[in-house]
Amino acid sequence: MRNKIVELKNVTKNFGNQQVLKGIDLNIYENEFLTLLGPSGCGKTTILRIIAGFEEPSGGQVLFNGIEFSKVPPYKREVNTVFQKYALFPFLNVEENVAFGLNLKKTEKGVVGEKVSRMLKLVGLEGFEKRDVDRLSGGQQQRVAIARALVNEPKVLLLDEPLGALDAKLRKEMQVELKKIQKEVGITFIFVTHDQEEALSMSDTVVVMNQGTIQQIGTPVDIYNEPENRFVADFIGESNIIDGQMLRDCLVRFDGMDFECVDKGFKDNEEVEVVLRPEDLVIVKPQEAQIRGRVTSVVFKGVHYEILIETETREYKVHTTQFFETGLSVGIIFDKDDVHVMYKMDY
Amino acid sequence: MKQFKKLVVPYIIWSAVFVVFPLVLIFLYAVTTGGNSLVNIKFTWDSFQKMAEPIYVSVFLRSLKLGVITTIICLGLGYPLAYMISKCREQVQVILILFITIPMWINTLLRTYAWISILQDNGLLNSLLEWLGFGKLHFMYTDVAVVMGLVCDLLPFMIIPIHTVLTKMDHSLIEAAQDLGADKWQVFGKVIFKMSIPGVLNGVTMVFLLAISAFVIPKLLGGAQYFLIGNLIEDQFLNVGNWNFGSAISIILALAILLIINLMRKVDSDGAGGDEE
Amino acid sequence: MKKHIELTENDNVNEDNLKVSGKRKDKNMKSKKLGSILYIGLVFFFLYLPIFVTMIFSFNSSKSLTRWDGFSLRWYERLWTDRDIIAAVWVSVSIALLATVVSTILGTITAIGLSKCRKVLKEWILNVNNIPVLNPDIVTAIGLMILFSSIGFFEKGYMTMLFAHIIFCTPYVITSVYPKVRALDVNLANAAMDLGATPFQALTKVIFPMIKPGIFAGILLSFTMSFDDFVVSYFVTGNGVSNISIVVYNMTKRTNPTINALSTLVIIVIVITMLIVNLVPMLAKRQDKTNMKNERNTK
Repeated sequence: MRNKIVELKNVTKNFGNQQVLKGIDLNIYENEFLTLLGPSGCGKTTILRIIAGFEEPSGGQVLFNGIEFSKVPPYKREVNTVFQKYALFPFLNVEENVAFGLNLKKTEKGVVGEKVSRMLKLVGLEGFEKRDVDRLSGGQQQRVAIARALVNEPKVLLLDEPLGALDAKLRKEMQVELKKIQKEVGITFIFVTHDQEEALSMSDTVVVMNQGTIQQIGTPVDIYNEPENRFVADFIGESNIIDGQMLRDCLVRFDGMDFECVDKGFKDNEEVEVVLRPEDLVIVKPQEAQIRGRVTSVVFKGVHYEILIETETREYKVHTTQFFETGLSVGIIFDKDDVHVMYKMDY
Repeated sequence: MKQFKKLVVPYIIWSAVFVVFPLVLIFLYAVTTGGNSLVNIKFTWDSFQKMAEPIYVSVFLRSLKLGVITTIICLGLGYPLAYMISKCREQVQVILILFITIPMWINTLLRTYAWISILQDNGLLNSLLEWLGFGKLHFMYTDVAVVMGLVCDLLPFMIIPIHTVLTKMDHSLIEAAQDLGADKWQVFGKVIFKMSIPGVLNGVTMVFLLAISAFVIPKLLGGAQYFLIGNLIEDQFLNVGNWNFGSAISIILALAILLIINLMRKVDSDGAGGDEE
Repeated sequence: MKKHIELTENDNVNEDNLKVSGKRKDKNMKSKKLGSILYIGLVFFFLYLPIFVTMIFSFNSSKSLTRWDGFSLRWYERLWTDRDIIAAVWVSVSIALLATVVSTILGTITAIGLSKCRKVLKEWILNVNNIPVLNPDIVTAIGLMILFSSIGFFEKGYMTMLFAHIIFCTPYVITSVYPKVRALDVNLANAAMDLGATPFQALTKVIFPMIKPGIFAGILLSFTMSFDDFVVSYFVTGNGVSNISIVVYNMTKRTNPTINALSTLVIIVIVITMLIVNLVPMLAKRQDKTNMKNERNTK
């Protein structure tokens, strides 16, 4: 396995009486693109600020290359940050902003110039050296912020919702760009976002958080296909979540019907939750399916229709490219691979 | 950033010694007697009772009267001016306001001194009156001279806050009023003036406070025997040497001013519906 | 096509109508505008009358302050030989400079610290800070007079005057710097430290450049407030130490055109400073615009 670069061991953080981090254990490896994903207030930004050194943890350990460093001030860390609203220095131009860190280290003039222009080339801002930063577009400011952080050759780059202020199209472009830059510089990126699509499309590892705890750590595919609990299933993509009972390995019962699945390792008759993704459901004639219901709503979503089907016990959400009329009696089927069984969450 | 919190410590000490402590001293002097030595100090309300004597009451009333007159004249002169300036082009406004502020930066004393040569019995104003065929008038050492000096000194304090609210006003409100059928005067009375009340209150407060505590202008234009509150305080400290009584008057003046400021703030927040501070 | 012509003709008619009513309006507007200009002129005349009288009669060849007897510079020459005046100018200028330096430093660091304080403490400090601003000058003055005579640490004179000026200037620095500090993005200092700046470097390299306009305003305010002060100086001074205002005050007891000459110089200094301060930013903006244009043209 690759080397761990940052380790958080049972890290807690209190603000007044409020505990925003409740014992975080997290290993972050060299060269990985790791995303902290969760709704606002889940503690993801606090983790980032602890790694950057702007906050001290209330408890636990933070290791950098195996050495405890939670008391090291931010200016002595080999970590740099791209701030949410970029925090560019408005009284300096593009070049001076990027050179800020190098100048503090009293780097030789020639070296500074060379490194800065290499960085600006990397982020695609050649020719903007003398421009005032407040005369740049949001996307360009973003690139300056990235260049300003990367030019110091940090071991880890922290990005705090850096794409939040950009419009949808630009955000897509920057996602691709960021991934490309990360591959090129080959360092660890820790990215904070509340946008699940952003997290899934860029990351090597996704850490899903809620209310100060980690819900699941995994690759984007794992997170999407095998959500460990209701929160993750609900937060990542859309889903039909159904209470059920695991009769035995590979057999689950819900709504009085038994379905085959591929999940194992639960206790017999354990109470579980079952996730069915809307795009995995197939609408067929009623007689061909165990689950039967009536179409109550059809909404065109651009690529697919979102169809709501009401059965006797619940409502299913189905995504399909086929059109069905409201009022039609239909059946729903799915593959046994598409049944995801999760441990029940205690609320 | 948290390290920067300690930066307030020097000022806390500084202001305790040089801002708060002097006020405590004034208060101590006001409620004691026994001259300026600490040995035979005695607590008493005598200094406050002394203020009820007719000569002092008349000084307070005169200060109040001149303060009110000055404020009314400043408002009457200043509001139309602020309104007219706010109607000008933006660059013109900047320049006009700059020229309104410049006199504020020039010492009151210097400007008041010039008023003496204007208002003297043989001064410029009387020369002008004579030349126009009117008789000479006596200005110096009268209320007229003092009010003239005060208005000239304090007018900018009225104009600037009013001008600020007038320019900040949302123009669409005026258009909305016109759209709803208000004529020019109704627009002014029901919209513009109402919305400029915070600025008016601000200006009125400042002019009134500065007028009742003035001490240079009444001394130069009113003469040595002309007493307003400020002159009374000065006299007690520098000539009579009764620091206790002088301190008591100062306390009353400071409290009155504090009261007026708070009152105006309250009126302001009630009147304006509390939409702005 | 015909329809189009008709339309344009109609438009013309309407436009003419508009023009007619517009002209009527114009006339009304013009007389109104004239009234405004007249009124503005009159009020400005009133405001500037004492200033002009002072300046004009400073060049009068006779001692009269009311009768013009010809141009001369004798009162200005007198200024150079009057020891009291030279001493007072020195006192005013040196105290204004020293008070500005000290109060700017004290006020700026306080404003920076304030933004990081707990709310209660912050409100307390801001309230205390308001005392010298709201209190009548004369109350501040006697407070300091009592303080200086009762602690007896300083002999009354130059030092007491200097301290008094620092005391009443600092609140103005705080009130002009603090809003700038509050408007700062907290992440700017964090960003600087993230890039390797120590807290001190973050202060000097990021925070100071950002709040420079506020500091500059504070410097200007303190300098003019100190240079202009009469009331506080008058009460706290002693041992014959006088600034310009006190000298002028003492001279008002008899007719003395030297005051006019001195006043004129002070007025000129202040007007020039005010004009520079207000016009330089305007010109700088214009310069920036032309720079932008040039940049675009060369591209």
